[in-house]
Amino acid sequence: MTLLSVRNLKVSFDTETGVVEAVRGVSFDLGRERLGIVGESGSGKTMTGRSVLRLIRPPGRIEADEMRFDGVDLMGASETQMRALRGRRIAMVMQDPKYSLNPVMKVGAQLMEGLRQRDGLTRAAAHIKAVEALEAVQIRDPERVMLAYPHELSGGMGQRVMIAMMLIPNPDLLIADEPTSALDVTVQAEVLAILDGLVRDRGMGLIFISHDLRLVARFCDRVLVMYRGKIVEELAARDLLHARHPYTQGLLNCLPRIGGPRQPLPGLDRSADWAV
Amino acid sequence: MTSDRMTSTVRQIGGTALTLLVTFIGLLAVTFIISRVVPIDPVSSILGDRASAAQIAEARERLGLDQPMWQQFWIYVTQALQGDLGLSVRTREPVAAEIARYFPATLELATLATILGVVVGVPAGVLAATKPGSLYDQIVRLIGLMGYSMPVFWLGLIGLLVFYGQLGWVSGPGRLDASFQMMFEFEVTPLTGMILVDTALAGRWDMFANAFSHIILPASLLGYISMAYISRMTRSFMMNELGQEYITTARVKGMPERRVVWVHAMRNVMVPLITVVALSYASLLEGAVLTETIFAWPGLGSYITDALLVADMPAVLGGTVVVGAVFIGLNMLSDLLYRLVDPRAL
Amino acid sequence: MRTMDWLRDQNPTSRAQARAGQAYLNWLRLRRNPLAMAGLLITVILLLVALLAPWLAPHDPIAQDLSQRLLPPLSPGYPMGTDEFGRDILSRILFGSRITLYIVLLVVLTAPVAGLFIGTVAGYFGGWVDAVLMRITDIFLAFPKLILALALVAVLGPGMVNAVLAIALTSWPPYARVARAETLTVRNSDYIAAVKLQGAGGGRVIWGHIMPMCLPSVIIRVTLDMAGVILTAAGLGFLGLGVQPPLPEWGAMISSGRKYLFEQWWVATMPGLAIFIVSLGFNLLGDGLRDVLDPRSAGK
Repeated sequence: MTLLSVRNLKVSFDTETGVVEAVRGVSFDLGRERLGIVGESGSGKTMTGRSVLRLIRPPGRIEADEMRFDGVDLMGASETQMRALRGRRIAMVMQDPKYSLNPVMKVGAQLMEGLRQRDGLTRAAAHIKAVEALEAVQIRDPERVMLAYPHELSGGMGQRVMIAMMLIPNPDLLIADEPTSALDVTVQAEVLAILDGLVRDRGMGLIFISHDLRLVARFCDRVLVMYRGKIVEELAARDLLHARHPYTQGLLNCLPRIGGPRQPLPGLDRSADWAV
Repeated sequence: MTSDRMTSTVRQIGGTALTLLVTFIGLLAVTFIISRVVPIDPVSSILGDRASAAQIAEARERLGLDQPMWQQFWIYVTQALQGDLGLSVRTREPVAAEIARYFPATLELATLATILGVVVGVPAGVLAATKPGSLYDQIVRLIGLMGYSMPVFWLGLIGLLVFYGQLGWVSGPGRLDASFQMMFEFEVTPLTGMILVDTALAGRWDMFANAFSHIILPASLLGYISMAYISRMTRSFMMNELGQEYITTARVKGMPERRVVWVHAMRNVMVPLITVVALSYASLLEGAVLTETIFAWPGLGSYITDALLVADMPAVLGGTVVVGAVFIGLNMLSDLLYRLVDPRAL
Repeated sequence: MRTMDWLRDQNPTSRAQARAGQAYLNWLRLRRNPLAMAGLLITVILLLVALLAPWLAPHDPIAQDLSQRLLPPLSPGYPMGTDEFGRDILSRILFGSRITLYIVLLVVLTAPVAGLFIGTVAGYFGGWVDAVLMRITDIFLAFPKLILALALVAVLGPGMVNAVLAIALTSWPPYARVARAETLTVRNSDYIAAVKLQGAGGGRVIWGHIMPMCLPSVIIRVTLDMAGVILTAAGLGFLGLGVQPPLPEWGAMISSGRKYLFEQWWVATMPGLAIFIVSLGFNLLGDGLRDVLDPRSAGK
């Protein structure tokens, strides 16, 4: 069953030097599965993710032949319809909790905000749900964390709070935009495991955006490889290491391997026809 | 952890207080230097030209002018810290007491102006930031820059000409009509020296209305200048906050734009805005110098300019020190408020 | 068309081309801002008027003619009317632009230079030099600008040079702050170390290698401050502490028109309009320039 379908998505920005096209005609379908999007920085993967929520601000522009989520036409939806989708049905976890949590609001207030404002829960009911959500991401002393400000939490804690906040309304689709790249390597695995477990249990669709090929291969069912705003290759995650496209191969080759030959890692070849 | 935070806060505030004390003494040093290079001899200006040599020597001793410079400065500083700013040459009264009488009028004017500036300027700046580049944004920008470019004394004159002279919507110069002035002095206890507050406390709404009709024009004009500054700063702070990632988070949560801007972003804008409002308040105390002369407003600005015209240097420098001290005090206040609003400031 | 291509070349072949290309891009950005262009226009007009005042002015700005006193605007021969001594207000405003420009130039040539010097010295030497200089800067910043200027003029005596001195003495601290901040960022860079290894002393390093780095940010600040200088100078003139009559200084003209405000409104209104338009021009231009040159707003 298709949850999200995107046809010929384009994102462009008007600047002084002319129009910059960040995404140039991307199409894909997504069921209740885990879809990975990989690419270098600037390849348009983040913009693709945000377009689904229609969160590109002017001067950015989104165009698409079709963008449908569970029967709703995302391109034609009003701002109110979009708001009803955001949070409740589509959620997003961003890269760095240091920036993605409001620095002057207590964690508890941020967790309960959606429940109280959007779902109209009482303070007490929202509090219970928020604490439950924190427990679900394996935070041991949720009551203390509820009273803390974001800067008082570690990066890993912050990202767990972020995941808890986004998963509270049980969305159908979660977009995770480099959810672990700002974290310490030791914490990354933990946070990923938590995210993995929750997504699996609740059976939601996931778009996992990352520059880390290996991570995506391990974590997703299917992978889109993006380069300069286009999808250059689409393949099952288990086939990633046997990718045929020269760009994907290039990306793989520039990863160091334990026990591999000790020579400078090769650079990426950006000169071929597909790079235009 | 909380007590750690407490001690560190206390230490920081202590540090700020020390800095401010040093700044205040520096301020006194500057006024002291100015007062000593004045070509007017303080002795002859007190005694007149026909004083005898003995009288002059006696006066010099009384004023401490026979002592070395650094000792004179020490006397000046200790006296100033005790609230003694010397005697006015013109009236022979203590400058500090005179300033205490004049200051409430300035305070009343600057406070009302700041309130007007914040009430109009903050929403205007926020709305401009939410629609950058729009016609509305351009208009707010232009109105703001016009406020930056307006000579305040000229604006005052034009205001008087139009709203008092032509339209008759407001009362003219002064704080009260002459008839109310007498009544006020006999019937209202001047608790604060601010007529609006005192008449309201006394329940004399007739006088309140008259005072209001006098203050509203100068306060609006100063408020416009303050609004120009506050709206521009609000816009730039708000633009900055709206580009932050936590704003995206709030939108992802499905929060309406109104709440994103006025709750999420606004709480963060408040932090730097406090300093801006304090600064604008301080600069209004100063802007009042020119406005007060136009509106015959018996405040600190009038006091200083009147003293200037008769070369009453103790009064001029005393006024300068007081305004400087208020600047410093507002700085400290904004620093404290900043700590209250921003949880990250330890 | 060929120069355009040369300017827009993504791969400039010389430093000059890169700089010219950057300047051209900035110009394109500035041109998209109608308010900034209006400011530029006003500034250019001010310069032209100041330059051509003797040829543009229909009358002598100082000669009195009491038979023609207080004529309303649009009187034959006196488009803006006359003042209480029968002098043509238009001519006085045109000549007054020279005084305004003169004051602005003098302040701009002194205060930023002093601030630049103090800031770079403080930033370069650090330690107690820095502490002392910055404390002095803070003290001056704590002073209400106009009131300090008033006190200074009261001491020095009224007049144009003293007014300039007073304004300059009160406006250097922000420049010192800016210059110090810039200095701190370059002080420890390798090229400064290289110069020092060649045996250059503190003076040479500051003068030849640090000050040039601070110039751009100081210049942005100067354009934004010009309107403030004009307003302060006019304020001093208004209080009778600036340029003395009969010179046609705009602030002093407003002051003398004050007596006739309700009957002959134009005497005070016209010079005020001139001050307003000129400082608005500087503000619009400075505002636009900052948008263009400030790297933080340029990226987005």
